[in-house]
Amino acid sequence: MKAVFRHELSSYFSGVTGYVFGAFMLLFVGIYMMVYNISYATTLFEYVPGSMCFVYIIIIPILTMRVLAEEKRAKTDQLLYSLPISMTKVVLGKYMAMLCILLIPTLIMCVYPLLLTAYGNVYLPAAFSAIAGFFLLGAALLAIGTFVSSLTESQAVAAGLCFAVMLLNYFLASLSGYVSTSAFGSVMALTVVIILLALVVWLMTKSSFAGLVVGIVLEAALLVVYLVNSTLFAGLFPSIIDELSLFERFYVFVGEGNGGVFDITGVVYFLTVAGFFLFLSVQSMERKRWSE
Amino acid sequence: MIEVKHLTKKYGSQVAVNDLSFTIEKGQIYGLLGPNGAGKTTTMNIMTGCLAATAGEVKINGYDIFEDALQAKKLIGYLPEQPPLYTDRTSREYLGFVGRAKGIPEKELAGQIDHVMEVTQITAMGNRLIKNLSKGYKQRVGIAQALLGDPEVVILDEPTVGLDPHQIIEIRDLITTLGKKRTVILSSHILSEVQAVCQTILIISKGRLVACDTPENLESLLAGTATVNLTAECSEAQARGLLERLDDVTQIQTLSARDGRCSLRLGTDQPDGDEVCRKLFFAFADARWPILELSVARASLEQVFIELTSNEPQSPREPEEAPEEEEEYPPQEPEDGDNTLEAEIPRPVLEELEIDPETLDIAAGAESEEADEN
Repeated sequence: MKAVFRHELSSYFSGVTGYVFGAFMLLFVGIYMMVYNISYATTLFEYVPGSMCFVYIIIIPILTMRVLAEEKRAKTDQLLYSLPISMTKVVLGKYMAMLCILLIPTLIMCVYPLLLTAYGNVYLPAAFSAIAGFFLLGAALLAIGTFVSSLTESQAVAAGLCFAVMLLNYFLASLSGYVSTSAFGSVMALTVVIILLALVVWLMTKSSFAGLVVGIVLEAALLVVYLVNSTLFAGLFPSIIDELSLFERFYVFVGEGNGGVFDITGVVYFLTVAGFFLFLSVQSMERKRWSE
Repeated sequence: MIEVKHLTKKYGSQVAVNDLSFTIEKGQIYGLLGPNGAGKTTTMNIMTGCLAATAGEVKINGYDIFEDALQAKKLIGYLPEQPPLYTDRTSREYLGFVGRAKGIPEKELAGQIDHVMEVTQITAMGNRLIKNLSKGYKQRVGIAQALLGDPEVVILDEPTVGLDPHQIIEIRDLITTLGKKRTVILSSHILSEVQAVCQTILIISKGRLVACDTPENLESLLAGTATVNLTAECSEAQARGLLERLDDVTQIQTLSARDGRCSLRLGTDQPDGDEVCRKLFFAFADARWPILELSVARASLEQVFIELTSNEPQSPREPEEAPEEEEEYPPQEPEDGDNTLEAEIPRPVLEELEIDPETLDIAAGAESEEADEN
């Protein structure tokens, strides 16, 4: 794992990706700090990460697009398969390297609230908690990007797909407002989700039977619960969507003007999402060994 | 050393490797020979743990490649068909990564890298980016990577494809050197290549092992008749007229006929080519047509190859033909075209590297590739 980590990290810095990523992030930190802390003269630094989290939509795909897709395209994945290291360690090593690239500008970002203390009364715990939340959000998004990259051989497709997923996640909370809150509406929406899930299972396993079984079992369970207690479903779908939004979780760390909360459930949630998608990435890479 | 037992790999309904079994002994150079699509790469990928088998097992020094993958993989160095190089790194950086991933301690690493670079003669290229190296050097970096960690077995998938004839000879010498200390398995669809370096040849066709023996033994299987190449200063018709009167010549094939000379390939029914040559010499001398070239072609291994790998057996001896270990391997059954992997018969010319058309084609291809890169 250390070897992969070292190799990846040095390749980010032997090219321009590492530098561009850091520079881009710091540029936005600078802009937002100018706007909030200097122009509006607020002491709340947490607004800066809070506002600039949309930058992730652009820079996360740049960082993750090549991570596994390029290995497949250049056929260097053959080397990884034949080396005496497990795929879990390969994926983790790569992920750690990306985290490191993300950590560097994040640490620089920590200097800003310290600088501001010279000119005003900055509540540092809130600022640092928001920065920590910002980093954890990035960690979860990086894992999603890694998984997307493992699905394709083309960097462009990986970047596009990752961008779309980030964008959808970003607007998920606003979109949930348009979803019907009635019980029946939720059931219908969940049915659509189940059909999509069954399709994904079908595509991933290349077995229509597996897809069908997954679809039918989930749909049956859904209908049984609906018939037994339909009130459970009222407003369920919008709230599920809200729960799925990583960005909503992050806004808890930022708070709304009166200091955010260092939300432990949020931390666990981000880490779980990261772990889950890394697990999927490993499986996606292992799959190539078995079929093709 | 390596045991492959009843290996089968299916891609959907296609059978790429079909119940393949063989044993690799220590300290020899093995050649995996077969037409394109015979299952060589698939077999090698399974042996190195890059691919899972549908059925069967591979054991490296007793370690199962899937059960004890990490132990087994430490014993193997693998160069896939396309060298897996990170082209935006220098060869030294790249080898550093592979060495660390193979678990070589940091203090031995530099020494090992220097050693493999020396063996593969890339020391001078150590600090150049891999993308700027020529195809031959890239191949060497690939081989250097396989040698790191001092594995007992080195598996090379078509190591000379895409190289020019000069580079091919260099890589062959390198492989011969490696074979002195290690077990080397290489695959190829070019017969002369395997013949030149390997002590044992495994011939694979349609995912099955059809023969496994030394090149000499394989040749003696079909030692039947000699083939003679002849170039003489006369017209084709004149030559044919003369040759038809010779009893020993059973088959005449024109290779070229122009500028008042003709080149012919003669099939004979004599096991001894020299005897035929004597008769040809005097026959042409009597007719006062100078012979410009006369040689006995040793195409018999090629015939073995074609015979063993072609769809329809050309000789009735074929199934029983399999060498000593025939009990272990199911004889090739003529199949009714249900197998999707068509055996591709290589051009029946070659033998000498110098006139090997395939090599020359490849060399031309490599040149244009390099031109593209620049």
